[in-house]
Amino acid sequence: MLAACGEEETSSDEERDPDKLYIPIVSKGFQHQFWQAVKQGAEQAAEEFDVEITFEGPETEAQVDKQMDMLKAALDKDPDALGFAALDSQAAIPVLQGAADAGIPIVAFDSGVDGDLPITTAATDNKAASALAADKMAELIGEEGKVALIVHDQTSVTGVDRRDGFLEQMEEKYPNIEIVDVQYGGGDHLKSTDLAKTIMQAHPDLDGFFGSNEGSAIGVVNAVREAGKEGEVTIVGFDSGKQQIDAIKDGVMAGAITQNPIGIGYETVKAAVDAINGKDVPEVIDTGFFYYDQSNIDDDEIQAVLYE
Amino acid sequence: MKPETNGSKVEKKPFKLPIKSGAIQQLLAFASLIVLLIFFSIASPNFFQFSNIVSILLSTSVIGILALGVTFVIITAGIDLSVGTAMTLCSVMTAVFVVTWGLPTPLGVLLGILTGALAGCLSGLAVAKMKIPSFIATLAMMMIAKGLALVISGTRPIYFSDTPGFSEIALGSIIPGLKIPNAVLIFFFMAIFGSIILSKTVIGRYTFAIGSNEEATRLSGVNVDRWKVIIYTIAGLFTGVAGVLMASRLNSAQPGLGMGYELEAIAAVVIGGTSLSGGKGTMVGTVIGALIMSVLTNGLRILSVPQEWQTVVVGIVIIFAVYADILRRRQTA
Repeated sequence: MLAACGEEETSSDEERDPDKLYIPIVSKGFQHQFWQAVKQGAEQAAEEFDVEITFEGPETEAQVDKQMDMLKAALDKDPDALGFAALDSQAAIPVLQGAADAGIPIVAFDSGVDGDLPITTAATDNKAASALAADKMAELIGEEGKVALIVHDQTSVTGVDRRDGFLEQMEEKYPNIEIVDVQYGGGDHLKSTDLAKTIMQAHPDLDGFFGSNEGSAIGVVNAVREAGKEGEVTIVGFDSGKQQIDAIKDGVMAGAITQNPIGIGYETVKAAVDAINGKDVPEVIDTGFFYYDQSNIDDDEIQAVLYE
Repeated sequence: MKPETNGSKVEKKPFKLPIKSGAIQQLLAFASLIVLLIFFSIASPNFFQFSNIVSILLSTSVIGILALGVTFVIITAGIDLSVGTAMTLCSVMTAVFVVTWGLPTPLGVLLGILTGALAGCLSGLAVAKMKIPSFIATLAMMMIAKGLALVISGTRPIYFSDTPGFSEIALGSIIPGLKIPNAVLIFFFMAIFGSIILSKTVIGRYTFAIGSNEEATRLSGVNVDRWKVIIYTIAGLFTGVAGVLMASRLNSAQPGLGMGYELEAIAAVVIGGTSLSGGKGTMVGTVIGALIMSVLTNGLRILSVPQEWQTVVVGIVIIFAVYADILRRRQTA
């Protein structure tokens, strides 16, 4: 079974060019559209900077142990730098410590690793992304009215940042928009649906709804559909996925923020090359994000960053 | 006061209503529900409206049906922790049958429901034949179902976008003119169905008998093991129906959901007066218990009570519901 898994991932291993820098990238997965786009970005950078990369990841995001094996195998190949997106940031520390001690620069991407082992982290600035969602929402409802939020949770970094990014932007820039409620659905589609319906019941004159991740945004869409309020309530979502894309095409959802996986891959390799060459690398690299709606959903640039 | 303890206990007897003790608990639960409804209606004009009552009923339906199923198991003095994730497995299997295999929707739905029955049957076999405590057996089933749902779906949601009418199963209205979603009607139908099994059939009689005194039931010649398997299988059927309804409402099978739903279902059963020590309980109680939970969360949300506090309030309600049960047992003992 191990052999079967290894086949597709290590093909470039044999033909490694000894003159090129070698940077293995261990991601959280490789099958999903999102990770394929990260890979694409990494390959772009590899070509641009003329370095050798390998890109691998476990089949599901629950396989922490498998990712550990991949990480160890990558380090055994004596790389010049390492790109790593931790499935479990704690579990990886001992192995990463070994790499850091051996002087291998580590670039974290997508999600950080606890401690200061990585020289930098290339990820989405969730606060800024949500602030853009707030701007779009304000624009769509004419900069005044009542808005509610369904957030995926109140303890994770992404949940907190996306909530606060949206709320702070509204508070600062749009005094005529009132945030009437913030509820947490755990990213659970069904719970988010029920939450959103009740919020609409409590505030029949609600103008806008922000859903902070795929499950939350779909919950809002379901609720608006079930309540028959399509077109009355403006929905702005976050992330991608088939149901969100469909909802935007149907016009039930106005638009959504998507992260930039290609940028994540590109910046990871670029930062690794910079580190090897002794250049200064910022502590955090904001890899950017996009707002997509009916008008640009079919653009190549957007299609490249959407994942079903 | 103290020396009279025995005396006062005897004196209390005349206060007992001339109805079965289980009914008192139910009346208490029903009264609480009415009080909550009145309270929220006064507190917010947005609460007591047809659309909101319908959405309360709709949001009760999935957890409510799970709770009806688990009521059987709890009356036997067992527990079923697998209902939440088994429900998710059922929704994934329904999607596999209908979307991936392209089976006709009614057949796919039937097979999805039977997946639940199969999971229940396996839990029942583990409890009855392997003598594994139900807490452990169904905990294992919870993990098996969660894992299988993820494996079978490839960890990705499966959408019913190309199955026209699938979302109508839960959200359509089978009775024209009546703006009540089918999910609500199915919930009440399942409650009546469960009630009939529990009170009118031999399965129901043995459910209570096993819960009251398993050993005595066995000694009186009943094949307790076989009945346990049947009871867990019936509970699984309810899980299957809930799974189909959830999939229909979301128009997709979401393999990551389901964890934690079992605890909400068990809470509804307990609030409805079914005793975790077995032998007592009703389907009507469970319906009321599930409604109390949804009315509470809905009402508190409408009043914009922070969500963290909603959870605290539901916890307090569970404590009092169980305390009321203990008080009643002391009185009747």
